[in-house]
Amino acid sequence: MNGAQVVLECLTREKVEVIFGYPGGVTLPFYDAIYDSPIKHVLVRHEQNAAFAAQGYARTTGKVGVCCATSGPGATNLVTGLVDAMMDSIPIVAITGQVSSKLIGSDAFQEADTFGITRSGTKHNFLVKTLAELPRAIHEAFHIAASGRPGPVLVDITKDAFQANGHYAPVSSIHLPGYRVYTEGHAGQIRRAAQAMWEAKRPMVYAGGGIIHAGAHDELRQLVEMIDSPAVTTLMALGGLPANHPNFISMPGMHGSYAANMGMTETDLLIALGSRFDDRVTGRLAAFAPHAKVIHVDIDPAEVGKIRTPDVPIVGDVKKVIQKILEELEATAPQMKSKNATARAAWWGQIKEWQSQHPLEPVFSTDEIKPQHLMAEIDRLSGGEAIVCSDVGQHQMWAAQLIKFNHPRLWINSGGLGSMGFGLPAALGAQYARPDKLVFAICGDGGFQMSIPELATIANQGLPVKIIVMNNGYLGMVRQWQELFYNNRLCQVQLDTFPDPEKLAGAYGFPGRTVTRPSQLRQALEEAVKEPGPYLLNVQVTPFENVYPMVPAGGAVNEMVLGPPQPVEVA
Amino acid sequence: MENKPGALMRVTGLLSSRGYNIESLTVARTLDPELSRMSIVVDIEPNQRAQVIKQMNKLINVLQATDSTEGPAVRRELVLLRVRASMQNRTAILKEAEIFGARAVDSSVEGFALEATGDPEKLDEFIDVMRSYGEIEVTRSGLVVVSLDNKKLKLAPPVSKEEVSQAV
Repeated sequence: MNGAQVVLECLTREKVEVIFGYPGGVTLPFYDAIYDSPIKHVLVRHEQNAAFAAQGYARTTGKVGVCCATSGPGATNLVTGLVDAMMDSIPIVAITGQVSSKLIGSDAFQEADTFGITRSGTKHNFLVKTLAELPRAIHEAFHIAASGRPGPVLVDITKDAFQANGHYAPVSSIHLPGYRVYTEGHAGQIRRAAQAMWEAKRPMVYAGGGIIHAGAHDELRQLVEMIDSPAVTTLMALGGLPANHPNFISMPGMHGSYAANMGMTETDLLIALGSRFDDRVTGRLAAFAPHAKVIHVDIDPAEVGKIRTPDVPIVGDVKKVIQKILEELEATAPQMKSKNATARAAWWGQIKEWQSQHPLEPVFSTDEIKPQHLMAEIDRLSGGEAIVCSDVGQHQMWAAQLIKFNHPRLWINSGGLGSMGFGLPAALGAQYARPDKLVFAICGDGGFQMSIPELATIANQGLPVKIIVMNNGYLGMVRQWQELFYNNRLCQVQLDTFPDPEKLAGAYGFPGRTVTRPSQLRQALEEAVKEPGPYLLNVQVTPFENVYPMVPAGGAVNEMVLGPPQPVEVA
Repeated sequence: MENKPGALMRVTGLLSSRGYNIESLTVARTLDPELSRMSIVVDIEPNQRAQVIKQMNKLINVLQATDSTEGPAVRRELVLLRVRASMQNRTAILKEAEIFGARAVDSSVEGFALEATGDPEKLDEFIDVMRSYGEIEVTRSGLVVVSLDNKKLKLAPPVSKEEVSQAV
């Protein structure tokens, strides 16, 4: 057995089904071993997309995604995908080749300091120079990636370690004395949290991506029902509470709904569950939830108190902690449940009023396709059940506002890092993981053109991804900010050459078309969904539509701009 | 922290990526040769210290990070200093060194090599005094600290990996 075969033995034992990768010089021994391995390998067309596809796989299944690249440029191309996974706490393991140990530091061909370059962009990384170290490093990598707050782990393996002869030495336990994972939550704090939940007059649940990672969606639903609290789920947590649940408000933050942001501002008890008070959620921090007592549950001790000092800090696995809180709530329900009934009814009345004043509703036009119209149609086709992989920009925000998700792990997007070019390769990984599911890749015309190479992968793998390009001819989100904050001096945001989608998709051997008329949109989308294979639908939308509501950078979330300035009527 | 390649880089990288300048850093292995202890002097705004310590504790190779700015601790530094000495002031230099508790570790016709330990302020004075005798060359070790708090290291227990150790 050589080192490359030892690596595959480790991956087999970790129950890896698929590697998204791209071969190269120093990974030749690894690819020679893959030739005989039952583990599938998907050949992407750029290493960055290997990392995004592995993320699409991991985000859809909750399992560890695996990607692979060669040394030097292969490894540096992975970096964006790794940092993206780090920001959104996605478990992936990256295997990279490194030049032979004797050549490290000699400026050898395709040498880069992968270990140094990826230090800050991974949860942990390894440089392995001998076969003997391989099993421990790889099993530790999987353990670290999947446990605690999940994240990306990279294992950099030298060519001579791949080539060395030896055997797989089983790893029966992993001992990382400095890697403490706190899962249980402090019993006293849990009691205090439950008490505060009963005592609150205007509670608000603020659920983040941790709910999805912990698989705590059922517990979240039970909790909001038990205390009958309105709940917002962040961009990372859409689907964590079913969108059709009566207690679900919407997404909060920069492009959140009026009701969500007003609710966050007026609440007297903010129940933060697996969320991290991101600046896109809080807006101006001093004005965020100013009247609220804060309960903050997170598995990462560094998140608790990082942005807002909580009144009830609980470090633990959000699933286990909510279960404990529920036990506590059940025990005290008989005396406490109706304590603030009048205040709670008034609070719900207020929430409903905000919802009806400014609902998140699609906009329609008879002469051009509004982006919101597109999202409403996709929502109709999905019925809360399809996997939607989004790129980054305006379309991402409209999709998040208007497409409903009734289950976790359906909404796949790059939240923290906001990496353009994410949507298409993520959809590739998601569709690979869930061949039974309808998968949409919703991209802007900008991000789509960053990931065009993966059309080849989608075609040759026969993945029936429905690629929907919301084409406004601009880098829409940047254009929106130039319009609103830079006197409409539009600079380098117009994308005025877009490939003919029919010819483009046709060149890869699958159908594609453009739709421009609102009246044709529904039929065009249905046609795309009916197609058994992949489909590219280019949807020409209004170029100058802005995403609203919008909290301007540095603004308070209750001071959101609800729509474009209205023309003043001159008498 | 664990005595492993890259462990030092993770700690210093965490500080440099946040724009902090490390004033001094010492690292050496502990009684357990698999572990190292590191003392770092770095100027961090008081409201950011807890967050930086938490981030350090998150590093897989770090067993425990603590802030020794306040709290009972002994803080010491070592200085090795070479001073050129003429025949006339050799005795005076040695007398002065004695006042600072320094000792001569090498002597030659050109001068002395002196060794002193103490808190950094005292060592600053020592260096100033020696400079008045002539040309000097100084190497400082950076601060080493031992906390006087009786804190037990809290270590994570091993995790069983039965599922991967069984043959497939």
